[in-house]
Amino acid sequence: MATHPFRPGPLSARLPEAVTPRRRAVLGMLAAAPLLAACGGDPLSSASSTPAADGASPGGAGGVVRVGSANFPESEILGELYAQALEAEGLQVERKMQIGAREVYIAALQDGSVDVVPEYSGNLLGYFDKEATASSSEEVAAALEGALPEGLTALTPAEAENKDSYNVTAGFSKEHGITSLADLAGYAGTLRIGGLPELAGRDYGAGLSGLTEIYGVPQEKMAFTPISDGGGPLTVRALTDGDVDVANIFSTTPAIQENGFVVLEDPKGMITAQNVVPLVSSEKVTDRLRAALDAVQKKLTTDDLLAMNAATMGAEKKQARQVAADWLRQKGLV
Amino acid sequence: MIASLIAWFSDPDHWSGPGGVPARALEHLGYSALALVIAVLIAVPVGVWIGHTGRGRRVVVGLSSALRALPTLGLLTFLAIVLQIGLRQAVIPTTIVLVVLAVPPLLAGTYAGLQAVPREVVHAARANGHSTGQLIGQVELPLALPMVVGGLRSATLQVLATTSVAAYLGLGGLGRYLFDALAVQDYTTMLAGALLIAVLALAVDGLLLLLQRLLTPTGLRAARARV
Repeated sequence: MATHPFRPGPLSARLPEAVTPRRRAVLGMLAAAPLLAACGGDPLSSASSTPAADGASPGGAGGVVRVGSANFPESEILGELYAQALEAEGLQVERKMQIGAREVYIAALQDGSVDVVPEYSGNLLGYFDKEATASSSEEVAAALEGALPEGLTALTPAEAENKDSYNVTAGFSKEHGITSLADLAGYAGTLRIGGLPELAGRDYGAGLSGLTEIYGVPQEKMAFTPISDGGGPLTVRALTDGDVDVANIFSTTPAIQENGFVVLEDPKGMITAQNVVPLVSSEKVTDRLRAALDAVQKKLTTDDLLAMNAATMGAEKKQARQVAADWLRQKGLV
Repeated sequence: MIASLIAWFSDPDHWSGPGGVPARALEHLGYSALALVIAVLIAVPVGVWIGHTGRGRRVVVGLSSALRALPTLGLLTFLAIVLQIGLRQAVIPTTIVLVVLAVPPLLAGTYAGLQAVPREVVHAARANGHSTGQLIGQVELPLALPMVVGGLRSATLQVLATTSVAAYLGLGGLGRYLFDALAVQDYTTMLAGALLIAVLALAVDGLLLLLQRLLTPTGLRAARARV
């Protein structure tokens, strides 16, 4: 199982998935830097600590906990959830949000410049074990324990996940009676599929090779268009415009609901589970840290992720910090 | 790394078929050439007009430089979405962003070349009875040509290096090696792709350098030799 853009390349990273077309358009037009800073919340803020409310010494519990995130909106929201939960627990937190690719923040975890980063179980496993075959949430969680190198600890996975999903338009689904990946083999013509380039990779189990091996869609009946925006607006647009019949879009992308896409079911479990899991530098794991993060993990659902993504990317354009604070309050965690 | 790179280049699979180096390099050259031709058609006439009249330099150059400052990838995504042409005609937004990239150096080379023509030469041509057309066609442009080609060299280098973004929208070109390999952390292929693009850009630049030498008028060459 290779990865998806949560190991973002510089491109999918800069224009993260699940940004609505309008927002992306504005981003493109105003050319990144100043605007990113304005609407990404506070992506470059590195230091922001709240001294312990209960008067615990700042140096206690292993000193400052540095919470990082990858550079796409959902990861920053998750990073904020962790940061604020730790602050509520009385720990001193330093934020290092919007770190680039997985290679970069894993290295940062290992050299001690970051202590906590939100991760996705399947991709994290694939990063350390290229031959991993685990697919369900339980299998991935179990395999992950053995795959992580010394010094890194994955805490409790949440029910919430954000994984590959194959989408068709409601019209296409109705016309051809396709609601599941298992129906694709029966499609008469050539299926035009759009998504990240890794889907065409031989090792990517949830990609074209998986469709052939698991669902029996003949290779010659699939025409693949690689689109490198991480299931973002270009991929969504390709599907709505009919340039492709099937588009691979990450499952917590608000555009799926907004456009009424039909997410194809995966009865044979081809798509690797991607549960949200905090990846922590082992020496920073304390009972207090574990308790604070576990409290978040236990309550976080996929629907919550969708709702929070919609709040940051939809009309409201809320900041990640605000969205995270709202959720924590709503769940009674702060 | 070096060993795996050598292995990559010596694998015959990488040199044949639609995903092979020759096919990808041809696609790469094709997108680049299309953009450069359009850029020349826009920038050279405008540059000649500015250089000849001395008017509009601030506005046109300022505007083209401002466009150039837009990040290519952001502009590409923006165009792909607002042009309403989807991904079927991905070559259109791709070509536009490359043209935007190529116009400023071409424009600068052209008008600077024309402005560098000594005033006495221009006045002498006028005194000889050259019409405006003859003045431009027979005096100013030939004398400016080395600098125009200099602008073309600079534009070509930038376009060849940037045509990689075509792969972002699912087109071909050598950028496919970068995007597809990055997606699966295949750094050897990425490095091979980057090297191929660099080699291609340098080779084309060498050819243009030759052209630049050939197009330098004998008089100018003699003048330079004396200096």
